[in-house]
Amino acid sequence: MSDFGVEISRETVAARAPWSATLKAGQILTIVDVDGNQAVDFLAYDAADTSRAYSAQATLQGQSSVYLTVGSVLRDNEYDPLLTLIADEVGRHDTLGGACSKESNTLRYGHHTYGQHACAENFMREISRYGMGKRDHVSNVNWYMNVPVDPDGALGIVDGISAPGLSLSLRAEKDTLVLVSNCPQINNPCNGFDPSRAEMIIWSGGADV
Amino acid sequence: MTTIPAASSTSTTAGAKAHARAQEAEAAASGAPDAVVPAESWAGQIAADKSDVVWAETVAGGSYAHRVLAAGSSVRLTDIAGDACASVLLYNADAPWERLNVADTAKVQWQVYTAPGQLLLSDQGRVLASVVDDTSGHHDILYGTSAEARNVERYGDGAPEGASPAGRELFAVAAAKNGLGRRDIAPSMSFFQGVTIDAEGSPTFTGSSGPGGSITLRTEMPVIMLVVNAAHPLDPREEYIASPLEIVAWRDRRTDPSDPRWVATPEGRRAFENTADYLKGRGIA
Repeated sequence: MSDFGVEISRETVAARAPWSATLKAGQILTIVDVDGNQAVDFLAYDAADTSRAYSAQATLQGQSSVYLTVGSVLRDNEYDPLLTLIADEVGRHDTLGGACSKESNTLRYGHHTYGQHACAENFMREISRYGMGKRDHVSNVNWYMNVPVDPDGALGIVDGISAPGLSLSLRAEKDTLVLVSNCPQINNPCNGFDPSRAEMIIWSGGADV
Repeated sequence: MTTIPAASSTSTTAGAKAHARAQEAEAAASGAPDAVVPAESWAGQIAADKSDVVWAETVAGGSYAHRVLAAGSSVRLTDIAGDACASVLLYNADAPWERLNVADTAKVQWQVYTAPGQLLLSDQGRVLASVVDDTSGHHDILYGTSAEARNVERYGDGAPEGASPAGRELFAVAAAKNGLGRRDIAPSMSFFQGVTIDAEGSPTFTGSSGPGGSITLRTEMPVIMLVVNAAHPLDPREEYIASPLEIVAWRDRRTDPSDPRWVATPEGRRAFENTADYLKGRGIA
């Protein structure tokens, strides 16, 4: 029994793979960057009404920084809280850059990258298991991904600031469907050029968190 | 027994018809309409033949507009009085599940600020539209538009029929008229109300550049364009302020390989290449 209550499940997401679960209100999801600097692309939906998807823009409207850190509230597109970041051993995460896709890879790195696996593939497959499709695929959170915005507006994915074993934890504010793409990108430093594992632990939630 | 009121001019079908038909002439005498139809009769100035104008509309603050436009249309948005905020969504008109992706637009082009040359990219690695001209420079790709719950919190109301309509509710109506639903209302871009990001990642609302600022987009694919004119979500003013937005669109040309913009960046060139192959296969180009 930890501060987060009773451990309900613990799963390792293989490098390059998707994962999903439905959190009950009050439950806590801990995401561990097992091998270090692994971008964990993350989407969330109101489990009772999946038209209410995570919204990066509503989330940013509700806080004073473009980065996510402890206290950040992940909101749906109607501005309702879905999840709160209650613990974070890294300090800063991205929600501007969205997911990689085969299509955007062709723009970013060249047409030769079209055949590579990408986060949009993982998300599309995983949301299809819940009756959702392309229209439901929106811009996501990138845990453990470092995307600074320079004063001239330049934005880019640069070397990560995470390390092996660091973790973050999210508390569900309502019943929330959460989906992950363990990012397979190999053309930029978001995974240290070596996609690796992530660990997902669901806790019952404690009285004090 | 119901008392029938004394006969008025609209107490009969013939009277009601005459009353309805008299309104056009009365309105024409009283000022400019919201939408100029036919658009080629629009009275303003553009550097194109007036017969090519396909859409001329003034969108009141707290309202919306939408149109399906062919590839190679120019769309000029103008902040007439200095307090417009044009939030825009774009969809592939033939397959609207392909749509503007603001994350890819910023990430692929390594830049969050809008300027001439910016390509508005879809999630399929193609160019929906490009920015060809801009006299405002105050824009925002990060914060989107307002939700009803937040406008209720800030202004006491967020309904379209109220005094402080939420942008998302206006988008929902515009989307529905194009067969689209709330799931289709993705993150949007806003023009004429600027936000800058400081070194710590905090936003500064820079507001408007003043009356008369305009931005011209060129469609590179057939698009459904939704435009909402609603107060920016970071506008710190206590009152909900949104002034009229002018939209003028005319038939023009798509960007082609002879245009310097085609090769301005390697990312943009590949986006144009993807777009050209798609349009060729679709029988459009």
